[in-house]
Amino acid sequence: MKRLSGFVLFSAICLILPLLFPDNYYVTVVGLTIFINIILAVSLNLLMGYAGQISLGHAAFFGLGAYSSAILTIKYGLNPWIAMLTGAAFVAGLSYVLSRPILKLKGHYLAMATLGLGIIVHIFFVQADELTGGPDGISGLPSLSIMGMAIDSDLKWYWVLCSCMLLSVLFSLNIADSRAGRALSAVHGSEIAAQMMGIDTAMVKSHIFVFSALMASFAGSLFAHQQDFVSPESFSFFFSIELVTMVVLGGLGSTFGAVIGAFILSILPEVLIVFEDFEVLIFGAILMVIMIFLPEGLFVALKNKVAAFVAKRQEEGVDGPS
Amino acid sequence: MRFCKNLFAILAILSLIGLFGNHQAMAKDTLKIGSFLAVTGPASFLGDPELKTLQMYIEEINANGGVDGHKIEFVHYDTKGKAKEAKNFVNRLIKKDKVDVIIGGTTSGNSLAVIDIVQKAEVPFISLAGSIKIVEPVKKWVFKTPHTDKMAAEKIFTDMKKRGIKKVALITGNGGFDKSGRAQCLALAPEYGIEIVADEKYDNADTDMTTQLTKIRATDAQAIVNFGFGKAPAIVAKNIKQLGIKLPVYESHGVASKKFIELAGDAANGIRLPAAALIVADQLPADDPQKKVLLSYKKKFEEKYGPVSTFGGHAYDALFITVDAVKRAGTIDRAKIRDEIEKTKGFVGTGGIFNMSPTDHLGLSLDAFKMIEIENGNWKLLY
Repeated sequence: MKRLSGFVLFSAICLILPLLFPDNYYVTVVGLTIFINIILAVSLNLLMGYAGQISLGHAAFFGLGAYSSAILTIKYGLNPWIAMLTGAAFVAGLSYVLSRPILKLKGHYLAMATLGLGIIVHIFFVQADELTGGPDGISGLPSLSIMGMAIDSDLKWYWVLCSCMLLSVLFSLNIADSRAGRALSAVHGSEIAAQMMGIDTAMVKSHIFVFSALMASFAGSLFAHQQDFVSPESFSFFFSIELVTMVVLGGLGSTFGAVIGAFILSILPEVLIVFEDFEVLIFGAILMVIMIFLPEGLFVALKNKVAAFVAKRQEEGVDGPS
Repeated sequence: MRFCKNLFAILAILSLIGLFGNHQAMAKDTLKIGSFLAVTGPASFLGDPELKTLQMYIEEINANGGVDGHKIEFVHYDTKGKAKEAKNFVNRLIKKDKVDVIIGGTTSGNSLAVIDIVQKAEVPFISLAGSIKIVEPVKKWVFKTPHTDKMAAEKIFTDMKKRGIKKVALITGNGGFDKSGRAQCLALAPEYGIEIVADEKYDNADTDMTTQLTKIRATDAQAIVNFGFGKAPAIVAKNIKQLGIKLPVYESHGVASKKFIELAGDAANGIRLPAAALIVADQLPADDPQKKVLLSYKKKFEEKYGPVSTFGGHAYDALFITVDAVKRAGTIDRAKIRDEIEKTKGFVGTGGIFNMSPTDHLGLSLDAFKMIEIENGNWKLLY
């Protein structure tokens, strides 16, 4: 159980906060955005952190999920849950077809291909206005309901998104410690070495790409229902970059790193807004300082420091007169 | 070093307390007006004068003792024209700042994106954007002050009917404003007995529209209508002159700024457009009820910031409709303010004379628009 102690602590914090502050703006309003961003960052970390495959187009899958839910529920009157699953199935299919050719590329070329994917999907959202509502987007989604209970308040959304987020974190933690996770780190380390060990690297990479896209698609559907509105700018290239920043800021390859990164990048703009015109400057400066002094990522760096500190104490304890 | 670490820890704890602490230590009687405008970004030429107008007049109202003794507290966020930001900020205005009235939503996209939130939270919202979809169908808590794209199309077609024009060529851009204007033109043309013989489109970033205009020249159109804003309409005007097309040209209220005349130069002369009376305030007859309001707004704004635009005027109208409603309500209760806004009658604003009702949350009639012709690089009021 020690392996999951971090997760238990994290869940406890998430579950206690709304009980203490049910009406706090930062908990039940900003919190919802943070949860969506955490799911996305964690899913991107599977691909970038574990498998070492960069993606600058993650917002595309997020957007496809959101638009599938919006279009299928409003234009075709589908049940929101069925729409969500249909969207996810579509995204899974698309990402599987794309994964083989795209993941053959490496480094800058992979970055370019995923960037292209993100931009193409964004252009589609803007231009196909018969289907997507163009730049104005779509609003008026039916509310999601669980066993007849409509999720219509911020607090109810908190519980739904919180549990989805915790599930995705748990999933990601478990992958890391599984056979598949070890295969992924082998691919990350050296693809040729991984092949020598008998790992089907193409398959491993494409599986994690599909998983990652699937999680983004579910997050997109939830986002669409929670916001009750989708428009292309939520899924632009810049959002993909923001997601990459979250993962890198927290610490590449660490699930809780992604969680911390998503948390910081979502809450900072809300806190810094009091500085008005200087908001963006300060935001940039904070990111720069973190990356210069803690290049391995905030969470990973702090974890290492704490581990080193504990180790030192134990050493002293053994050597010192007691 | 130890000291630094301790200091850092204390700061971190303090900021957390700030985060979760209660922010409602305000005096009870302030009227909180929240606003979200596109002050930067592509729509900044709309949002910037809107913000300046609001700030200038709120300062003046507070200096004069507030509205019925209620000082106005103004909270503003810049959306950069992004619908996603607009949504976040309106959530913040309602749930964190707990404002009594919201004025803002510079672009139609921004306004439409937040309608569900204000409806749900039951906060009066006066939009400063053009699209008719904002108030049609009527939403209980949503009002707006700018003229709609539908009114612009109607005004243009009325003028055409007077001149006996029956066949029209349409040329529009790919922005939200353009698309909405195009849809209104197509829908209204049959009512005025007008046939749309060409329906050409361009990208707002294009630098040459001669291809589309050559196609229009080949039709039997008697006039050209261009719906758009920014630099594209100026290019259309220039290209029309270069191609030697002699047809009457109509623009929308989207070009009602001096910038358009500057960009189009000579080619702007002879173009007609519907626009709010503000840009021709000096030419209004002395007995026009709007003249006094317009000249006073124009003078104040120009003394402080420079050339006036109709867009800042929309913010003026929204602010004073709110102020009047609060005065009549005698309280800052949201529901009562809403009821009074809906009862606005005979309010003389920069956009026209507002008469709102439960079925009309804009309250402007077609004569709020003036038909204007550009003559020698200046606006000329026709009627």
